[in-house]
Amino acid sequence: MPLIVFAVLLILPQIGLSTYTLHILILVIMWSVIGMAWNLLGGFCGQVSFGHAAFFGVGAYTAGLLYYHFGVSSWWGLPASVLVLTILSLIIGYICLRLRGAYFALATLALGEVLRVTAENLVKFTQGDLGIMIKQRTWVEKTWYYYIILLIAAGTFFLVKKVIESKFGYYFVAIREDQDAAESLGIDTTRYKTIALCLSGILTGIAGAFYMNYMGYIDPVVVFPLYDISIVTVMVVMVGGVANYWGPTIGALIMVFLAEIIRSMPKIGAAHQTLFGILLILIIIFLPNGIAGDYRKLFRLFRSKGTSSSHLTKTS
Amino acid sequence: MMSLLEVQEISKLFGGLTALSRVSFSLMPGEILGLIGPNGAGKTTLFNVVNGFYPPSKGEVLLKGEKISHLKPHQICKLGIARTFQVVRPLQRMTVLDNVIASSFLRAKNKAQAQEMALETIRFTGLYEDRNVLSKGLPLGKRKKLEITRALATRPEILLLDESFAGLNPSEQNDVMEIIRKVRASGITIMVIEHHMKVIMSISDRIVVLNYGEKIAEGTPKEIGNDPLVIEAYLGEAQNA
Repeated sequence: MPLIVFAVLLILPQIGLSTYTLHILILVIMWSVIGMAWNLLGGFCGQVSFGHAAFFGVGAYTAGLLYYHFGVSSWWGLPASVLVLTILSLIIGYICLRLRGAYFALATLALGEVLRVTAENLVKFTQGDLGIMIKQRTWVEKTWYYYIILLIAAGTFFLVKKVIESKFGYYFVAIREDQDAAESLGIDTTRYKTIALCLSGILTGIAGAFYMNYMGYIDPVVVFPLYDISIVTVMVVMVGGVANYWGPTIGALIMVFLAEIIRSMPKIGAAHQTLFGILLILIIIFLPNGIAGDYRKLFRLFRSKGTSSSHLTKTS
Repeated sequence: MMSLLEVQEISKLFGGLTALSRVSFSLMPGEILGLIGPNGAGKTTLFNVVNGFYPPSKGEVLLKGEKISHLKPHQICKLGIARTFQVVRPLQRMTVLDNVIASSFLRAKNKAQAQEMALETIRFTGLYEDRNVLSKGLPLGKRKKLEITRALATRPEILLLDESFAGLNPSEQNDVMEIIRKVRASGITIMVIEHHMKVIMSISDRIVVLNYGEKIAEGTPKEIGNDPLVIEAYLGEAQNA
């Protein structure tokens, strides 16, 4: 199954998609990487983060600042962000992972905001609100960007699956289900939560570094926002399916397309956050396991609707 | 004979409340030690201290002569003390087998070995038929067994059982009793908290009685059954009957 999807996605740009479609696809794949990263920590290990913008933004700024200060290609940001995000995750983990449940979520939420304000105010280092612009993008064409993010996504999918099927996965889920019980069964919960956080942070950071390269411009409001990154990350996973390998990808697909459709509608476009909120409520009530987790339920819903409506047309 | 576990003058205070006060006893290799006392006597608190959830306010716990009272629960588990919980805490959205595999990893080198160890433990406690059931859906009797299975999968030297019989029907009680006897026969030392007098009297070699956080008696089941202090703690002051 993953190989088939990967193959289809490999061929896709060759059939002559418009630049716009390709751009949307790149965003979908990038969001699925962020979603998979969040899912590892939030879905499998049960540590819900509302601050993934912190990791995304730091990844993006790692790439941007390497270019801005040292004049090297911002592609170096991808490997560099692995290092930077590991250090950041260890620090965050040390501070936040002693908190549980809602407290952890709130701490991460604050963290994203703290980093945004920091990036805005360290004007000498980050250019503040002016942001960082890459003067010469690597390619004008989008195809190569598409392949790069596809490769990152495939790697992420494979990594998450491998990790979850190993001892780590068992430990992560055990911690999610009952941290005290896990601890008493010999699981060093602090250590494994930190590992989950590091992996999640690194993957999100790589997506951020890619974003810098792809968009060619970042500023604190674009890469550290609470709503547009942190909350959307949670939504991507919730809509798609928590603790499900395919959940984030399906969620990313739906969320990115939905955002585009809603935004293009007159008047309603401005209210896309409201609509997303309503969608999230509906998903939580009717499909608590997300679309990937509850797709059978979804099919049944449509089928029963289909039969009843045909019945109606007959009588009328 | 040297004791396996030594509880020395343990006190535990929660704010102004003294949950345990200078409790001392030792656990001998291979025995089943019963821990009884009325509600709120401090039995589970004592387990939590031995198991590392709470650091003792005073006193020490020694495992084979080594201090363990300031280690974390996972470290203590690694050293060979496993426990069950009074209120069962299975990892709900995991199957029975996955629950046991998760704890088998402590001693296994790889996943295949963990799986093998888990299956072996599951057969030992008789949960093999239910291995693919989500533990959320298990009836209480089996959940209690799962608790024991999971603890055994960490291959402990000492097993702490916190009310493994509570809420079970007589046939389930016999099952669990059978498991405990088998566990002992395999060389594991057991400390068990129990309210069910018949059960505790029949399986324990020795019994320690707590009341209001203090040890009020220690001895064989027979001695305990005739101890006036124990009778008073359980039934109130002796009447001139």
